Amino acid sequence: MNRTKIAVIGGGPAGLAAAIEAKKAGTDSILVLERDRCLGGILNQCIHNGFGLHTFKEELTGPEYAQRFIDQAQELEIPCRLGTMVMSIAMAEDGSGDKIVTYLNREEGLVQLRAEAVILAMGCRERPRGALSIPGFRPAGIYTAGTAQKLVNINGFMPGRSVVILGSGDIGLIMARRMTLEGAKVQVVAELMPYSGGLKRNIVQCLDDFGIPLKLSHTVVDIEGKERVKAVTIARVDERSKPIPGTEERYECDTLLLSCGLLPENELTSALGAVISPVTRGPEVNESLETSVPGVFACGNVLHVHDLVDFVSQEAGQAGRNAARYVQGAAAKSSEGDIRVTAENGVRYTVPEIINPARMEDTVTLRFRVGAVYQNIYESVYLNGERILHRKKKIAAPGEMETIVLKKESFEQVKDLKSITVRLEEE
Amino acid sequence: MEKRELTCIGCPMGCQITVTLENGEVKSVEGNTCMKGDKYARAEVTNPVRVVTSSVPVRDGEIDQVSVKTAGDIPKGCIFDVMEALRGISLQAPVHIGDVVLADVCGTGVDITATKNVERKIV
Ligand SMILES: Cc1cc2nc3c(=O)[nH]c(=O)nc-3n(C[C@H](O)[C@H](O)[C@H](O)COP(=O)(O)OP(=O)(O)OC[C@H]3O[C@@H](n4cnc5c(N)ncnc54)[C@H](O)[C@@H]3O)c2cc1C
Ligand code: SF4
Repeated sequence: MNRTKIAVIGGGPAGLAAAIEAKKAGTDSILVLERDRCLGGILNQCIHNGFGLHTFKEELTGPEYAQRFIDQAQELEIPCRLGTMVMSIAMAEDGSGDKIVTYLNREEGLVQLRAEAVILAMGCRERPRGALSIPGFRPAGIYTAGTAQKLVNINGFMPGRSVVILGSGDIGLIMARRMTLEGAKVQVVAELMPYSGGLKRNIVQCLDDFGIPLKLSHTVVDIEGKERVKAVTIARVDERSKPIPGTEERYECDTLLLSCGLLPENELTSALGAVISPVTRGPEVNESLETSVPGVFACGNVLHVHDLVDFVSQEAGQAGRNAARYVQGAAAKSSEGDIRVTAENGVRYTVPEIINPARMEDTVTLRFRVGAVYQNIYESVYLNGERILHRKKKIAAPGEMETIVLKKESFEQVKDLKSITVRLEEE
Repeated sequence: MEKRELTCIGCPMGCQITVTLENGEVKSVEGNTCMKGDKYARAEVTNPVRVVTSSVPVRDGEIDQVSVKTAGDIPKGCIFDVMEALRGISLQAPVHIGDVVLADVCGTGVDITATKNVERKIV
């Protein structure tokens, strides 16, 4: 059977950064498996600029950002198999703790690969339209925003001329501008929530610049057209997201784009038996970004949906370093002293979900999202009920991931640690 | 006197800023929470600029389109002129990041450059 020390599943920004850092940390045998014909993942279709401000101190487009990591991976001579679909990951039956990665490609056929550690970096996918309860027929002309992005930017094909967009996530906003620039008329963006999940910059530069109205607390209530979309009707919704009769507005159009959120792609992870968080829909991980299956690490959008690729690269680098430590036998294996982080009072979740101070590096980065828009709020962290961090935020919103860095020292000062709590507080 | 309403993009607060202009000169900036907003609003009403990104067809490449951008800021008012200038352009593979696709687009002094590597298709 083929062998590798670390198998990386997915060659997007997460997989690349993880492989690069694992190699730099001294692991010689790494293999990246990517189902697409090229590396870079979803960044290949994100041709707008605004990537990498944190990492490179300049604004790059998605493909440029990806290329910097592809170049590094090549310089480090990290082998990547393209056009290669991973079908399953399972524990080896011999009790060695190795994992058996089964993949398929045209050159080799179906292959079983034995890996000491696996890094999950499969990214996410868009919520499909089936998951949305929009009544009416299913005519042609309904696309997810990401599919439209691929059609326009990679295939050079315009899906329509007159457009309504449901959902104001960043991909929807970016596509409103993109299609406008290509000559389409984007009539309106309807958002179910009373706030937009998109960045302010995108609302201004993708909608306001072109006079495209954003209707908050609105949803699609009817789609007309048998063969092709002919018109879409939207209506205002009440606090419980129910359409309010009498508020309907009808737009004649040939295309409806759906930008209704992303879901981590975790079929492989669930089948392996790793514990999945019901909130993030990604695997639960500890401070080393290791899942409940020892030696299996996760990073990037497969772990939890990120808005900034810079944070994906940082997180993935950490997963890579930890996987290297694991295969070098330097990682503590015992789960004694594991503490589950409690997220409460407006904090929806934290990643990692579990922290073990004994295994911690000098610091641990906690990432989380809040459940609503809060102004002048404090983010607080408690160890055994004692507040060790109290940070004022002018604003916290669900669309922007929050980050807290905690020092190992703070943990060492507490005797007999039993609880870690992250919460929002008014004062 | 002219009043202009803007949303600051400096941070997620997204302050609604009102700028008062008289004969093209900024008289007052209101609604911003911090100085970053003041600076943004003044620049935005006097000389708004943007980066434009798009993609153009490429012949004999591994893929059919290559992404491009204005290598620097261009006046906001020129966005559609830049798009018009890109229409009809097609490139021959190979194309590499930083290759100039169109020099001094619309007299802005800014070049359009490729943002992706597209190698020749091996036949
Ligand atoms: C449609 C879409 C548009 C986006 N647009 C933006 C944007 O404009 N700006 C922004 O900042 N962020 C955007 N994002 C978020 C962006 O995805 C992340 O910032 C970043 O790309 C995540 O990196 P990743 O490596 O985790 O995932 P990805 O980039 O998705 O990479 C995952 C890779 O894993 C591969 N893979 C998956 N399953 C398998 C398998 N079984 N076997 C082998 N390979 C596999 C995939 O082919 C892919 O190449 C977008 C996301 C989506 C889905
Ligand atoms: S004015 Fe200051 S606080 Fe308000 S959005 Fe701009 S940067 Fe943020």
